[in-house]
Amino acid sequence: MSIKKVTPHPTQNEALIFERSHPGRVGYKLPKLDVEETGIDEIIPAHLRRDDDLDGVPEVSEVDLVRHFTRMSTWNYSIDLGMYPLGSCTMKYNSRLNEKVARIPGFANLHPLAPESESQGALKLIYDLQEDLAEITGLPGVSLQPAAGAHGEMTGVMIIRDALDERFGEESKERRVMLVPDSAHGTNPASANMAGFTVKTIRSTDEGLTDMEHLRELCDEGGVAGLMLTNPSTVGVFEKNIREICDTIHEVGGFVYMDGANMNALVGVSRPGDMGVDVIHLNLHKTFSTPHGGGGPGCGPCCCTEELAKFLPKPTVVKDGDTYSLDHDRPGSIGRVKAFFGNFGMMVRALAYIQTHGDTGLREATEAAVLNARYLTARLEEDFERPFAPDPMHEVIFSHKKQSRKGVHTLDIAKRLIDYGFHPMTIYFPLIVDGAMLIEPTESVGRQELDDFVDAMKSIAREAQEDPELVIGAPHTTRIGRLDEATAARKPVLRWTPDLGKQADAAS
Amino acid sequence: MANIPEELKYSKDHEWVLVEGDVATIGITDYAQESLGDVVFVELPNEGDNFNTHDAFGSVESVKAVSEIFTPVGGEVVSTNEDLNDAPEVVNDDPYGDAWMVKIKMDNSGEADGLMSAEEYEEYLKSEED
Repeated sequence: MSIKKVTPHPTQNEALIFERSHPGRVGYKLPKLDVEETGIDEIIPAHLRRDDDLDGVPEVSEVDLVRHFTRMSTWNYSIDLGMYPLGSCTMKYNSRLNEKVARIPGFANLHPLAPESESQGALKLIYDLQEDLAEITGLPGVSLQPAAGAHGEMTGVMIIRDALDERFGEESKERRVMLVPDSAHGTNPASANMAGFTVKTIRSTDEGLTDMEHLRELCDEGGVAGLMLTNPSTVGVFEKNIREICDTIHEVGGFVYMDGANMNALVGVSRPGDMGVDVIHLNLHKTFSTPHGGGGPGCGPCCCTEELAKFLPKPTVVKDGDTYSLDHDRPGSIGRVKAFFGNFGMMVRALAYIQTHGDTGLREATEAAVLNARYLTARLEEDFERPFAPDPMHEVIFSHKKQSRKGVHTLDIAKRLIDYGFHPMTIYFPLIVDGAMLIEPTESVGRQELDDFVDAMKSIAREAQEDPELVIGAPHTTRIGRLDEATAARKPVLRWTPDLGKQADAAS
Repeated sequence: MANIPEELKYSKDHEWVLVEGDVATIGITDYAQESLGDVVFVELPNEGDNFNTHDAFGSVESVKAVSEIFTPVGGEVVSTNEDLNDAPEVVNDDPYGDAWMVKIKMDNSGEADGLMSAEEYEEYLKSEED
């Protein structure tokens, strides 16, 4: 005989708070009225009041409410629970030390309008981080204002635009073409477009690299403002021609913007500034271990060459002797891009990460990230098709080609991974690979976890050949099975109504 | 194998074209809808918009990704299929019929002649698969 599992059982689904409502239950008790009673009509005009007796608003007790949300809070998957192999996202561990430092009262409670004389510690921290990021990227101009990666991109291309205006004057108006590889993050063409550029797409080669011939062709067509390039590219391959790429763009008078999303493959080993890059954004919430996802908040510093530094957002933090101050007197600046100085709490965490690692530690983290990705590659390339031959850097891309013959596609493999207890990898990105699976283990996982992941993936590859239906129907062990994403997107139900539950019952 | 009607012309970007006089009706192919997966949103241009050959005139969003749709012929949009706003799933169900996307009055009515025939498109798909 089977037992009846009640709602608090860890495998049970949770009814909506609306469906848990019991008429008459309350979560509050008001104290006795100790002033003269005033009629509600005198306070709130009738036309602003509900007249349906709060129909449909859930009636629950405090403990009902606390347990409802606490149960659901345990369903989250987070970086503190296990490996998070989302390619392109660098979901590395966020150390407790970062959090401890960010909570030092002098940092946590500092008012953003406090005078400079009373904010010297925070200004020094910003200055030190600017200096460290300048050294790491090889690009001396740094602004920590942008709130996230795409914001840093936008800042970067606005800088390029102003630099072109200065360099070419009126003729700059004829330079409005931004070159973007077909493997780029979607934010690159979006940022370029918002900054007033038109985008031309560069093809990738069979090795996942920028097609140099096509690049030159597009440069010959004229009007090139610059190039937005991710290195290593979004397929995890290092652009070995990066110097030549930068030279080609510079020869036609353009600037090179590098998307720093994949800096976790480079920190402490090679520097974009040395490659010929003019401007880059970093993601502190990826590479420098500040919280990522769930709203972060992020921080997307913009770093650039000496030549472009005057265009950076203002104010920047400058040092004079032992005194730190905000420099607002920057006539060439593109202006402010964020209220106050950006997401300061993230700067505290990032500097804590940089200083606890030191230069050797940062290099070791990079090497471990690349080693982990290459280990996965070596162990999985027999089971899954690898579309590009070069050794990957910090992330590796596979496709579903070997499995799709059996009707098992990337989405099925990702869903099946959930049954094995892993957060799925990034899927269907980049778009140039059909059925892409992009896996980035980061340096935060050890050999044991990597082997567990490999075992799960090998097992799924075997299932795809022997019992494809098992994979196609996954996940099987979760509270809720495969969601119908298409119907959810085509006919979204955005609001609960009393008859919704009945409709769902009738449909099932 | 994808369905490829004989009477249509095809582009390398997987659009089909039906030519009637100087008006081209454009949609995406069976192969394209199959590759995209379940389509959840179709963005189309306005009537009266002008496009050059190969311009992106709209986009198709599936559960996997948003893809641009390019016009294989240049000209002025004379009609768009507004039914797709409420029923994007038609792109999956009937890509060559009810899911036509735009009708374009071609600047050069012979332009579609340069596109692939059904046979050539089938060959092209085979070469793409390898």
